[in-house]
Amino acid sequence: MTTAASPVQAPGQTAPLTGAPTVHGRGVVATYMGITAIVLALLMVFGLLMRASQAGFITVPPNRFYQLLTAHGIGMVAIAGLGGAGVMWFFLSRYVALSRAILVTNLVCFLLGVVLVLGSIFVGGFAAAWTFLFPLPAKSVGVWGMGATAAYLVGVLVVGVGFLLLYLDTARAIIGKYGNLGAALGWPQAFGKSTADAPPPTVVASTVVTIINIPAIAVGAVILTMSLVNALAPSFAVNALLAKNLIFFFGHVFINSTIYMAVIGVYEILPAFTGRPWKSSRPFLLAWTATMLMVLTVYPHHLLMDFANPTWANVLGQIMSYASSLPVLAVTAAATLANVYRSGMKWNVTTSLLFASILGWSVGVVPAVLDGTIAINRVMHNTLWVPGHFHTYLLLGVVAMLFGFMYFLAMSTGASDSVLDRAGFWMYAVGTIGFAISFLAAGAASVPRRWAVHDAAWMTYGRVGAIFALIVVLGTVAFVTAFLRRARAIGT
Amino acid sequence: MEQRIAVLVSAVIGTLVIALFAIVARSARSTGSADDIAAAAARWRRTTFWGLVVLFVPAIAYSLTKTPYGSEVTAASVVVQAKGHQWAWEVAPDTVRAGQPVEIRVAAADVNHGFAVYDTNDRLITQTQAMPGYTNVIRHTFAAPGTYRIRCLEYCGLGHHTMVTQLTVTAAQ
Repeated sequence: MTTAASPVQAPGQTAPLTGAPTVHGRGVVATYMGITAIVLALLMVFGLLMRASQAGFITVPPNRFYQLLTAHGIGMVAIAGLGGAGVMWFFLSRYVALSRAILVTNLVCFLLGVVLVLGSIFVGGFAAAWTFLFPLPAKSVGVWGMGATAAYLVGVLVVGVGFLLLYLDTARAIIGKYGNLGAALGWPQAFGKSTADAPPPTVVASTVVTIINIPAIAVGAVILTMSLVNALAPSFAVNALLAKNLIFFFGHVFINSTIYMAVIGVYEILPAFTGRPWKSSRPFLLAWTATMLMVLTVYPHHLLMDFANPTWANVLGQIMSYASSLPVLAVTAAATLANVYRSGMKWNVTTSLLFASILGWSVGVVPAVLDGTIAINRVMHNTLWVPGHFHTYLLLGVVAMLFGFMYFLAMSTGASDSVLDRAGFWMYAVGTIGFAISFLAAGAASVPRRWAVHDAAWMTYGRVGAIFALIVVLGTVAFVTAFLRRARAIGT
Repeated sequence: MEQRIAVLVSAVIGTLVIALFAIVARSARSTGSADDIAAAAARWRRTTFWGLVVLFVPAIAYSLTKTPYGSEVTAASVVVQAKGHQWAWEVAPDTVRAGQPVEIRVAAADVNHGFAVYDTNDRLITQTQAMPGYTNVIRHTFAAPGTYRIRCLEYCGLGHHTMVTQLTVTAAQ
């Protein structure tokens, strides 16, 4: 169990952060973030190679392209989860007694799973994309073997087991402190007449993540196991539509939870610089409860072009897509703007990244909601419009939150921003926006996603995208080297 | 049409949000009363919330009248059978007439594929998933004659990007 250690104070912070994890806990979190930084940079290079190949700048053979696609997709989902878990654990441990052993166990499972997944892809040739839609893992037309399929599915399963243990531990710790999950969500204050202080924003967000991710990972484990059995014993068939429902429920909830974990960094760090505490107001509590319900029911918007899926489910997917934008645009964005507006805060790379992350999340929601409209999805589904919107709120949203947290940790060692750090921020911000726009424009021009080879008419989008992707990678390298240079001091 | 709407709405709202964040970012160096700002933010939050609700309800209601599920059913429809294989399309017949309602029954022989129809300007006009064990039906009337491309829009393995074929639309009689 963790106990409180010395306060965390970075240059420019108006209020020291008390109750932060012990040196050992900080060391494990720093390890989480160090691995996150390196893997993010590596997977971004994979992305750059794919876009450069689509642009005609280089030639990546299709088999290698689809391997990179698979590694980039599953890797980014997993590493966003790992980095988000690092942020959540760091701040949640200020309020509840979390287990450091479980945090380490999750990391061990993660690394073990990553070895299996990378081996399946780059040794075994597995390339069924992160979605591993049934029955593609078992039907490669000889491109990869059953060993590779099994290694991939087991690898993802092992990563999931680690995260499941982590969320069971957060559930245990939260219930131990607050009595039940409803109290930790602030329901007595949101729906009742309780005048007691509501739980802090970090606890509310962590409780939502805990509640949504336990069933999501369980559902993921079910379809991974069913796919594994099918690969080994083909007579065990799975309904392809059921498989899609299970995969997208798992995938949608898990990737969204990475934002909900990472945004805790914004709740905790920005107020430390602006001097304005982030309060668990009634709208805040209602927004999180609504978000929890909506993220569990919105996933059919991935199945809008599956006409065999029940129409009511797809209509629900559209309605929930619209509704789920309300908490982001009306509550989170409003609170962020109010926290910063005329606060007297001095900008640094930490606060710039965190502020920009809410911008990225808010802007990215717009094309996502439009894509969640059945009539628009008909001409946008599986075009580059889709990576256009999710790169906006993942790259300029969740990843910016993760880098912002890393800078916060690094600066708490007494370091201050260098010219390279500030240049990194601007490269990252400009590169990300340009990169996402190149995807959105290509999607609006009907360019398909996940195509190894592009028609000549589409290459301009690829060229622009590849140039901006290179700028993103350069900004990321600046961040990663800045963090790793200072990381050792965080855990000492 | 739908693509233009998506681009326009994204560009307008995206620009407004970026401008708002930029204004607030510039304001950060000055100081103001936190209580006054919190009260203004609460008003802004309410306005934004209800503004979006007022915008969303008719947008959702109208757009749901335009879904591709089971539309344009007529007895005069010509039936086209389309089946996805790793990695080729089997489409029969591969020629239809402009102005004639067409019912395309889309299936898959092995794994999931995406049956996407591109018009003569290479714009995506409609699509559905091709799934093992299911038949998804597109009902569409081609307005203009020409060569329409069919592309696979669901990743299906190594030859995914080679799954392209054509549907010929002849002039209306």
